[in-house]
Amino acid sequence: MIRFIVRRLLQLIPTLFGLSLLLFIWLRRLPGGPETAILGERGTPEMRAAIRHNLGLDEPILIQYGRFIRRMIRLDLGTSIATKREVTTEFLQRFPGTVELTVTAMVIAVGIGIPLGYLAARRRGRLLDHLSVGGSLVGICIPVFFLAYILKAIFSENLGWFPSSGRQDPTIGATRITNFFVLDGLMTREWDAAADALWHLVLPGLALASIPLAIIVRITRASVLEVLNEDFVRTAEAKGLTENVVRRRHVLRNAMLPVATSIGLLTGGLLSGAVLTETVFAFSGIGAFLADSISQRDYPVLMGFIMIIAVVYVLVNLIVDLSYSLIDPRVRVR
Amino acid sequence: MALLEVDDLSVTFARRGQRAVRAVDGVSFSVDAGEVVGLVGESGCGKSVTSLAIMGLLPKQPGLRVGGRAVFDGTDLLQLDDRSRRDIRGRDIAMIFQDPLSSLNPVLPIGLQVTEVLTRHRGMKGDAAAKEAARLLDRVGIPDPKRRLKEYPHQLSGGMRQRALIAMAVACQPRLLIADEPTTALDVTIQAQILELLKDLVRDSGTALVMITHDLGVVAGMCDSINVLYGGRVVETARRRPLFREPRHPYTVGLLGSVPRLDAGRGERLNPIPGSVRDLLPWPDGCAFAPRCSRRVDACVGEPPQLVLAHDGRSYRCVNPAPVPAPREEEKR
Repeated sequence: MIRFIVRRLLQLIPTLFGLSLLLFIWLRRLPGGPETAILGERGTPEMRAAIRHNLGLDEPILIQYGRFIRRMIRLDLGTSIATKREVTTEFLQRFPGTVELTVTAMVIAVGIGIPLGYLAARRRGRLLDHLSVGGSLVGICIPVFFLAYILKAIFSENLGWFPSSGRQDPTIGATRITNFFVLDGLMTREWDAAADALWHLVLPGLALASIPLAIIVRITRASVLEVLNEDFVRTAEAKGLTENVVRRRHVLRNAMLPVATSIGLLTGGLLSGAVLTETVFAFSGIGAFLADSISQRDYPVLMGFIMIIAVVYVLVNLIVDLSYSLIDPRVRVR
Repeated sequence: MALLEVDDLSVTFARRGQRAVRAVDGVSFSVDAGEVVGLVGESGCGKSVTSLAIMGLLPKQPGLRVGGRAVFDGTDLLQLDDRSRRDIRGRDIAMIFQDPLSSLNPVLPIGLQVTEVLTRHRGMKGDAAAKEAARLLDRVGIPDPKRRLKEYPHQLSGGMRQRALIAMAVACQPRLLIADEPTTALDVTIQAQILELLKDLVRDSGTALVMITHDLGVVAGMCDSINVLYGGRVVETARRRPLFREPRHPYTVGLLGSVPRLDAGRGERLNPIPGSVRDLLPWPDGCAFAPRCSRRVDACVGEPPQLVLAHDGRSYRCVNPAPVPAPREEEKR
């Protein structure tokens, strides 16, 4: 088990190396550069060259890359060109928001998706099944930003049930420890702050949950249908076990294997930021910031964020693999 | 009175837009306490569906209709509600299936799969259940049962898996055990061991056994009485000896003739029954076996053959049965 984890973490090194090289070259190949973002249309060629020189962008690309790698090894991600602040600081300030949003979305998606997929499978061909399969198709097709606007229009602007933007009401004056607002509220026992942060998460979380929810419903349904036809379920029935035990112990547990994999992939995807949802709800996560950094060619931010996201992605999938081996003894890791 | 009395059991699968299929069409047979009864036939003859219908284990689907009666110890199993059926299953009637690997839950240790029966029907928990499970594994000939309890199905050999399934089935000392082709998926040497084990268990506990098989060798070695199924009906019923010595239904004759024999001469060919189970005449139109039958006469087609009751409790469903050696017939009458 420990060896498996260590091996997977060691595999991360060549992965990051390759990813960074590709990304580095690709970013530099994009037309334009940070000097355009800083100077706009007016800058003279001399001024542009001066800025490029200051940032070290006029050196050969391999030298620049070498410098980047040297910093990476010291876990130094450099400074943002646009905000002049440490990339790590920027990240630590924004990533907690994205994590909170991702967790909210996945809790909604898993909490509704697995039971719904299970029920749809048990009532195959009946109304609930058709509704959930049809509904999940709509969920996959509907653009997330569109759904976000609709949710905002109905539940925030019309009904006024939820706040329309931000991560927390600033007038509460909550204490910051980790930048995970809900967690901070719980740690400092500022219950109103935690509740308010949670309240701000509902609508963007719902919007963001739509696609994962639809996928989880469908995968759960297909997987349960398959397991229901397995011989061992018949054996369990032949033993006279109660329906409850047959369901929980024999059907659901086996049906969870493909669902666990997709939960991992979806979570990893959400953690890399949800640009549109964050924009609609003025929610400060990494998504919108990353999008800005691309248009400003803020190379250090882009490189740094993407490296960290890659590590997070690998870690999430490592957790999934470990949980997989908890569910299925046949893939138990050594 | 018989322990299990199956009377005119029928199972129909009707799907929208398709012709209804009668998988089991008026099957009747009975099992006495402690008796070993064989249900024999080719694949597709309805023997598995019969057993699943009795157990109430047919996959629930629209268009499934089960008719007739299956009276176990005075109660008609087909009329029971789901809850009472679950009470009987695993406790009074247990079942063993064909493929031991797929019949075991791959993600649960063997121990839990044994103890869950004990917990459900005998209210045993914790140490007591584990101890009893180990005793059961030992009883079915699994060495080192304590260790095996913690192992998962994929860590056991095919024979061990079937033994484990048998342990689960006999955990509550059922009065009736239904074994659906229990040796088909196993190596020949293991097959013999499993059959010996089943014979042992039945003899020791007085459990009645319904043995479902296509293998006449299995039947010959175990069964007291035998029902031969074809096209969803019982075409011949007899005690073991008379059936093997003087089969009356041409299908039984064909089955016996297609068994390879070690004492056959070199180069002697097997005598398979021509055609396949799919060349089926619907029973209302005559004898289902008629299209493949070598003794077919005009009377076979037109209306279903009646069940002929012969001496010694045997019966067959044929208008032109295979002849019985004359002297013996005289003698008995």
